[in-house]
Amino acid sequence: MQLARVIGTVVATIKNEALEGRKLLVVQTLDKDLQSIGKPMVAIDSVGAGVGELVFWCRGKEASFPFKREDIPTDCTIIGIVDSDAHVTR
Amino acid sequence: MILARVVGNIVATKKNQRYENARVMLCQQITPEGEETSYTVLALDAVDAGVGDTVLIVQEGWSASTTATGKAGAAIDSAIVGVVDRIDLLKSDR
Repeated sequence: MQLARVIGTVVATIKNEALEGRKLLVVQTLDKDLQSIGKPMVAIDSVGAGVGELVFWCRGKEASFPFKREDIPTDCTIIGIVDSDAHVTR
Repeated sequence: MILARVVGNIVATKKNQRYENARVMLCQQITPEGEETSYTVLALDAVDAGVGDTVLIVQEGWSASTTATGKAGAAIDSAIVGVVDRIDLLKSDR
């Protein structure tokens, strides 16, 4: 899992039918100082995250587990919203 | 498994339900020599690790889910499975 900032949304009309109704968000991964690291990615949302929020995402096969029995094709899913930047304690 | 140092933790009220009662730790990968790399990762704590500890993080879903929550099949890709006491390396005089 890694920290990320939601920096945008994605609209795709033609997509796998299992993705119908799912929110696609652009996330920028952050390091421990909340600085951008690497390139932005597209993630599926499972917790109701919105643009500007600090979130964390899960990679790989486990990314589809929040949508069990629905077979959502995803390798990057937002699984939590950090309460605020100050809630990343060091 | 990767070597990492625990640098903090995060608080998230709204999260996947399998994360209830779990501690989400902010970890920085390190080299065996102890130098921090640029890779920051969040891992669920399965061994009561604390800030400053050098830890072992497993990055495979089945192992991470079972060690951190006792059950497989959760959206968990990383878990702390050990606290490292020491690392001994061959002296490199090459």
